[in-house]
Amino acid sequence: MSTSTAEPASKVELPASAGGGGEIPSFDITLRVRRYNPEVSEEAHWDDFTLTMYGTDRVLDALHKVKWEHDGSLSFRRSCAHGICGSDAMRINGRNRLACKTLLKDLDTSKPITVEPIKGLPVEKDLIVDMEPFFQSYREVMPFLIPGGHEPTKERLQTIEDRARFDDTTKCILCAACTSSCPVFWTDGQYFGPAAIVNAHRFIFDSRDDAGDMRLEILNDKEGVWRCRTTFNCSEACPRGIQITQAIAEVKQAILSRNI
Amino acid sequence: MQVHKYDVVIVGAGGAGMRAAIESGQRARTAVLTKLYPTRSHTGAAQGGMCAALANVEEDNWEWHTFDTVKGGDYLVDQDAAEVMAKEAIDAVLDLEKMGLPFNRTPEGRIDQRRFGGHTRDHGKAPVRRACYAADRTGHMILQTLYQNCVKHNVEFYNEYYVLDLLVVEEDAVREDGTAYKQKRVAGVVSYDLATGELHVFQAKSVVFASGGAGKVFKTTSNAHTLTGDGMGIAFRRGIPLEDMEFFQFHPTGLAGLGILLTEGARGEGAILRNSEGERFMERYAPTIKDLAPRDIVARAMANEVREGRGCGPHKDYVLLDLTHLEPAHIEAKLPDITEFARTYLGVEPFTEPVPVFPTAHYAMGGIPTNIQTQVLQDNDTVIPGLFAAGEVACVSVHGSNRLGTNSLLDINVFGKRAGVAAAEYSKTADYVELPEDPENRVRGLLGGLLESNGSERVAQIRKELQDTMDANMQVFRTKESLERVLSDIASFEERYKNVTVQDKGKRFNLDLLEAVELGFLLELAKVMTVGALHREESRGGHYREDFPDRDDEKFMKHSMAYQDSSASTEHVAGIRLETKPVIFTRYEPMERKY
Ligand SMILES: Cc1cc2nc3c(=O)[nH]c(=O)nc-3n(C[C@H](O)[C@H](O)[C@H](O)COP(=O)(O)OP(=O)(O)OC[C@H]3O[C@@H](n4cnc5c(N)ncnc54)[C@H](O)[C@@H]3O)c2cc1C
Ligand code: SF4
Ligand code: FES
Repeated sequence: MSTSTAEPASKVELPASAGGGGEIPSFDITLRVRRYNPEVSEEAHWDDFTLTMYGTDRVLDALHKVKWEHDGSLSFRRSCAHGICGSDAMRINGRNRLACKTLLKDLDTSKPITVEPIKGLPVEKDLIVDMEPFFQSYREVMPFLIPGGHEPTKERLQTIEDRARFDDTTKCILCAACTSSCPVFWTDGQYFGPAAIVNAHRFIFDSRDDAGDMRLEILNDKEGVWRCRTTFNCSEACPRGIQITQAIAEVKQAILSRNI
Repeated sequence: MQVHKYDVVIVGAGGAGMRAAIESGQRARTAVLTKLYPTRSHTGAAQGGMCAALANVEEDNWEWHTFDTVKGGDYLVDQDAAEVMAKEAIDAVLDLEKMGLPFNRTPEGRIDQRRFGGHTRDHGKAPVRRACYAADRTGHMILQTLYQNCVKHNVEFYNEYYVLDLLVVEEDAVREDGTAYKQKRVAGVVSYDLATGELHVFQAKSVVFASGGAGKVFKTTSNAHTLTGDGMGIAFRRGIPLEDMEFFQFHPTGLAGLGILLTEGARGEGAILRNSEGERFMERYAPTIKDLAPRDIVARAMANEVREGRGCGPHKDYVLLDLTHLEPAHIEAKLPDITEFARTYLGVEPFTEPVPVFPTAHYAMGGIPTNIQTQVLQDNDTVIPGLFAAGEVACVSVHGSNRLGTNSLLDINVFGKRAGVAAAEYSKTADYVELPEDPENRVRGLLGGLLESNGSERVAQIRKELQDTMDANMQVFRTKESLERVLSDIASFEERYKNVTVQDKGKRFNLDLLEAVELGFLLELAKVMTVGALHREESRGGHYREDFPDRDDEKFMKHSMAYQDSSASTEHVAGIRLETKPVIFTRYEPMERKY
């Protein structure tokens, strides 16, 4: 056995700060939520809730507090509560974010915090929108591996560099924060939108995939990548930190440089 | 009444459900009913990896993997099942790669593998690199890849359909030995469409339960809000037993106070646990493999450090996960998500400061009993034709009393695939079972009762109190007294639950109503878990009784089987009958579990 990798020390001096600070501070906020329930009224309106919250609380905690203690009819989607399932993209103070990943203390709590559904998709009730058009665009880019050649008995080989080539776009959780922050999508619901392009990118640049040309052809459509006006809203909105604008630019470049 | 007819209905679109759907969808007319959009399922939260003895980076084989699984489960594992899983692991990983999963690669371009707790070479000699992974988002990549392949194969999903009842009929039958019994048969399921509030009956020849875990019975948990054990609860209410429910895994490294998971992969990459004195305390509890000991051992060690006053922070109620001696670039490459969790949710910079952690409720080892063909059992040996289960909802039992890390992503793929194939094959040979009269009856009663109640109790309040008592009394240390306290608490919650009020009376997206339904499942399952824990007067794997600290093979080398039975009572709890089921041994004799 090699002795070159030393075992970590059995005992170390911990820095005084280790383990974080003392008591968690509390503060009051006003949560201003866009409400809509067609069973009750065709008109949407705003509801204000004053809540006492804590330093580690997120917007999702505030929404839960409303639902669990004040108004059980407030409706929103959520599941994982730590930014991994993509359920709770919403407009928070005018910006698309995940409620479970937005700490209240990072917002200006001296003013009401506004929460609205993401834009460009039909609102169903309160913060819940119809996601079907979004998934429809996703499905249209053939978001699955289409390998060439015959199937090897073991795994297909892929170099570390080739694997890294599309790493960024594999992080997508299909939350729609990007697509629903895109001004082109707001005015033209037919536009594929950034999320579909991100998921096409994930396969176009996968060395194991053989159908890049088909996907590029799809995205060369009039509702495809050329509608993108590079406003960067999508990259700013992405909770996974995906460089969406860059991915779109790479797809545009690939369309231009391929020779059919 | 809206009735749909399919050959196969799959309940749940996490890893197990979608793996089943890919198989079943190509063989038979299949519908997948899921309360979440498929990509929202909690399989996506899994981080560390999926193990298989590929031997890509060092010598390994499936027999070593089987042994580790059996030993890790403290010998309560059914060894035939563990062997199937370890053998089929290799194809399960290769299947995913062929479907497009972007695994991390070795310099030769093969699937890379890393260490994980309890996985060893040659029966415990040294840690082995067995976990295949995609950075620290292996589960995310599995979920995405399976969904992508469902899109490819045009699998039919009913999204945001909550399954709330299983339709079973009972027929008189006679066993080989001449005794009469009631044979259960499956006719379909009843589901609630979240968007409209309408009930839909799905008649099916085969039904596959793949509805995931029940972590929300606890307060501190790595599980999603939606993991409320619906599948287990539905089965239990229909007279199907639940196996080994007392065994729940507490993962050592949840972010303190939040429960959000930091993968064991962090310790696999070299992170170590320290107490307030800066000691690497695992040296005391597992001198050989230290921080990579199985989860139950590490979790108890941590809780013990805290109990003995060596916890950190203002309330001395957590320990620290130290990554500061590791190369930041390496960690950023291998574990980008979890370092971000520490930053986002605790404001701790993991490259320079140790991260506060404490055990978090993570995984249900128990569940709906099945055989290795994933067929559900109505008792120790009788299969229910047409009913299958796979994934965390099921108990095969490959995890015994403690699951090894990376064995669940494996389980969902191996047994998910088996379930999909078996369900489709069965549907080709079988006829539909006639629907019972008024099949929606039970669900309508359940929902109507909740909507009409004008009580004063709030769902969230009862749920919080349930989770508090489970954390305080049913967590890594248990005693007769603590468990009896939980049971008396649950009895009072059940009374209060009758007076619960649902504020939202509407039909559209009434999640208020569904949270009330889910609480019903949680209460029922918490009770079953606790009764099992009280009855099991020994310590084994994830179940630790301070008043019975040793494993007692003579009395308890058995699975427990809990049945709903109004004429019975166990440990003074009415309505539950507890029986046992023998453990299946093939190669390995029980030994003391030392690391
Ligand atoms: C944070 C975290 C990290 C983990 N890391 C690892 C790891 O690294 N390696 C490993 O092997 N394991 C890991 N696990 C465990 C593993 O991820 C899970 O056990 C596994 O993914 C469960 O998969 P499943 O398909 O059974 O359930 P899930 O993925 O939870 O899916 C459940 C499905 O059932 C549906 N459903 C539930 N109730 C109903 C209902 N009433 N009606 C209709 N549909 C319903 C849901 O919509 C969902 O689609 C981890 C777990 C967690 C929580
Ligand atoms: S690219 Fe980012 S913002 Fe867009 S859907 Fe994916 S995760 Fe969400
Ligand atoms: S609840 Fe899952 S991403 Fe926010």
